[in-house]
Amino acid sequence: MTGLPILSLMIAIPLIAGIVALFLNANGARWLALIATLADLALGIGLWASYDPAGAQWQFVEQLGTGLPVSWALGIDGIALMLIMLSVFLMPICIGASWRAIDKRVPEYMAAFLLMEALMIGVFAAQDLLLFYIFFEGGLIPMYLIIGIWGGVERIKASYKFFLYTLAGSVLMLIAMLVMIGIAGTSSIPELMAYDFAPGLQWWLWLAFFASFAVKMPMWPVHTWLPDAHVQAPTAGSVILAGVLLKMGGYGFIRFSLPMFPEASAQFMPFVFVLSGIAVVVTSLIALVQHDMKKLIAYSSVAHMAFVTFGLFAFNRQGIEGALIVMLSHGLVSGALFLCVGVIYDRLHTREIARYGGLADNMPKYALFFMLFTMASVGLPGTSGFVGEFLSLVGTYEASSWAAVVATTGIILGAAYMLYLYWRVVYGTQRNADAAAMPDLDARELWLLAPIAACVLWMGIYPESFMRPMREDVGRLLTRIERAAPRGDAHVIPGKPVTAAPHGAPAEHAPAEAH
Amino acid sequence: MNFAAILPEAILTIGAIVLMMVAAFAGRRSAGVTSWAAIALLLAAAVSLIGPPQTDGALFGGLIAADGFGAFGKLLIFLCAAVAIVAAHGWFERDFEHGAEYPVLILFSAVGMAVMVSATSLVTLYVGLELQSLSAYVLASYRRTDDRSAEAGLKYFVLGALASGILLYGISLLYGFTGTTQFSGIASAFAREGTHSLGLLFGLVFLLAGLAFKTSAVPFHMWTPDVYEGAPTPVTAFFASAPKVAAVLLSVRVCLDALAPAIDAWRQIIIFASLASIILGAVAAYGQTNIKRLLAYSSINNVGFALIGLVAGGPRGASSVLFYMAVYVVMTLGAFLCVLRMRGEDGEPLESMDSLSGLSQSRPWLAAALAVFMFSLAGIPPLFGFWPKLMVFQAAVAEGLIPLAVVGILGTVVGAFYYLKVVKLMYFDAPGRPFRKARTDLEGILILLAALFVSPLGYLLIGPLGTLTANAASSLF
Repeated sequence: MTGLPILSLMIAIPLIAGIVALFLNANGARWLALIATLADLALGIGLWASYDPAGAQWQFVEQLGTGLPVSWALGIDGIALMLIMLSVFLMPICIGASWRAIDKRVPEYMAAFLLMEALMIGVFAAQDLLLFYIFFEGGLIPMYLIIGIWGGVERIKASYKFFLYTLAGSVLMLIAMLVMIGIAGTSSIPELMAYDFAPGLQWWLWLAFFASFAVKMPMWPVHTWLPDAHVQAPTAGSVILAGVLLKMGGYGFIRFSLPMFPEASAQFMPFVFVLSGIAVVVTSLIALVQHDMKKLIAYSSVAHMAFVTFGLFAFNRQGIEGALIVMLSHGLVSGALFLCVGVIYDRLHTREIARYGGLADNMPKYALFFMLFTMASVGLPGTSGFVGEFLSLVGTYEASSWAAVVATTGIILGAAYMLYLYWRVVYGTQRNADAAAMPDLDARELWLLAPIAACVLWMGIYPESFMRPMREDVGRLLTRIERAAPRGDAHVIPGKPVTAAPHGAPAEHAPAEAH
Repeated sequence: MNFAAILPEAILTIGAIVLMMVAAFAGRRSAGVTSWAAIALLLAAAVSLIGPPQTDGALFGGLIAADGFGAFGKLLIFLCAAVAIVAAHGWFERDFEHGAEYPVLILFSAVGMAVMVSATSLVTLYVGLELQSLSAYVLASYRRTDDRSAEAGLKYFVLGALASGILLYGISLLYGFTGTTQFSGIASAFAREGTHSLGLLFGLVFLLAGLAFKTSAVPFHMWTPDVYEGAPTPVTAFFASAPKVAAVLLSVRVCLDALAPAIDAWRQIIIFASLASIILGAVAAYGQTNIKRLLAYSSINNVGFALIGLVAGGPRGASSVLFYMAVYVVMTLGAFLCVLRMRGEDGEPLESMDSLSGLSQSRPWLAAALAVFMFSLAGIPPLFGFWPKLMVFQAAVAEGLIPLAVVGILGTVVGAFYYLKVVKLMYFDAPGRPFRKARTDLEGILILLAALFVSPLGYLLIGPLGTLTANAASSLF
């Protein structure tokens, strides 16, 4: 595609702004960061508006440096588009959330965040295997600094754990990438997605990629870096970590594991289901007993990400679409929940649940928003959480009813720990005078939460807007992997088309796709 | 007799002798003159590399080859030598003694290394190596009033002499069993015999052991941390860069030229040395409190990665080693130039890691530069230090040495820990005592250039540097 290299521009703007921010004072850096991220959001909206869902698989393609070992090859499909949208949408909110909470070394902080944004967009837009790896791993450096410099008391341990865990996971993927490049003779992701590796080799390659994405996702039992990193990171760091960085794992499964190694993916499906099942139950139970709000939400993230892996490895349309919507929804909801924690943390400087209580009295607006996001996390119909989790469960059920049974307990447990959290923080009697004296949301905080709330409702009520760009790509993925799809244990008998389910658009595929 | 082919060595030798006379007669006043003259000579030698005929064949009856491989190595060596002279200029100003002779010794050492990288005979190999080593022993003990420096020099000398003995023994065995000292002759002798005789194998092992000492590969690395710590910092910077290039490149030439038919024999040795260096370099660095010792272990670790490229062999492996060394010397010199800036308020050099704490707040740009070098040495993308690591692993994977690559790359994770420790000290900890203000001078510019080279901008050089290393490597085959 000729014309404006919009993807390169979206990477360049935060990068340049980040470098410039280092030379400014605190306020200048704040404003520059806000302007740069808003400019990227505007470009992102332009990208979405001009993306043609019925058009070619790869759009906005850019290609520089062909013939070199690594080329600047960018391009997006619908899945990457939505994840880029998520990144650019959350980024200005992160800057806003740090406006007052961060008061030391502001220029460096803003530079780290802007660098992070550039790398995130790069991950989703890269079309060259090594370029993808460079962006994917590059994100470690700014996040390490964000946690380590601006984090909480145990920030150093958390930053090390984050860095070394994710690095250890990823290096094996690099070897696998080199093997793939050696065999296929190309490092272009679209070409590799159509390349058939020998099934025996796929097994090893799949494991190497899995090591990386499972840590990033994170899946049980390699999730232990996440609670530490979340708890210690500053609010905006947690938002980005939960909102976007975790999605790189799911994106990796969709972009690499499934289309490049379909046979191995099918072989490993029970393995993934077992891990996801354990994750759903175990981490939900752990979340129930947390005293620290951020830790509770961090564990809930692990549980929600298990819905993504369930859905992805269900090998059917509902599962994969559901997983994608869970990814988007979780990005918004967990980000918003971390912001909600940040709002009261800024006032009282503690994340202890027991220190709060009865906030509904003095912070009614806050209580309303917190309620909405709690419900979205639980998966109440009408919110984004429901759409994703429902579809992903439907897909899982088709593949394995036992897995679906286990996964569904996650919904119940999720309701339990989220409502229990909400009850302890917002309802009940006011136990502490300082908590009771906290002022309600101010205009800045409203501006941070309201857009997310609007998106959560939009995605819950009319998910078609978000599914439409991805539908063709999910279809392409399905045709790619159908040759390996394992036979599910559901024996669906084709019947007469039923009346439309409450969520019109996604459901209308269900009968057609089922068999 | 084609003297044009050895023009770089000739320029440096004659120039160094003249400068030695200047230093001897003019005394300490001439320190500035000899330094700048030495840099000019190195530049001239580097320029003259463009000129000589890039003949593939050996010259002077098979003693030396002026090929692209050697030229690439010399370019790096002359660069490191020039930086070592620049770095020393500020260092010795307070209590310099014999300041004028320092650049002369560096020049002689550079000549020795230039001979090493272009040697095609065991005799020139040994002469070059000894010339380099003898200058290095003196350099290590350059501050002779400092106990640590004297100890470093002595330790280096004793162990170095032992290594030379081992090397000579290997050379004598190879000569005895092949009847020649020339690489090409040795190669054909190895090729003639299907199964190698015990004498040849012993010769090979001793030769490689001697070379491993010079590259400071495990298990012949013991001298490295002590010598690096004791030697004056500019000298350490020099030791960590130029002799490494020379020794690694010499090993490449010996293995891929003289010992090419015996690949099965040397490959397992190099695999062991490589993995042991990676792992030991990473693990042993944990407890270090001295930044120079830390960088010593880092250099051991990095040599291990470069050797992975040698294990892979072939044009691809050789060019990946050249690429690795080119990026490695820039990262290492940059890191050492930053260490040189660690001065207390009275200008006394600081070496403890703790003195780095909170550097990002007192000296943000210096901290940023050092952080870039550390992340780059750890091989974290998007910094350029990632790319040479990728290339050596790619060469190994292409040869089917996947277990080697897997163990090696897991070593990077272990190694990342201590590089992160430096960043943690500078960025996460509270500021300690501030350093003395530094002038903006040539050193600062060099740090900036090195940081830009290892920053993501370095990726723009993948094309040209890749072509250069590929051409240089092809002259071996």
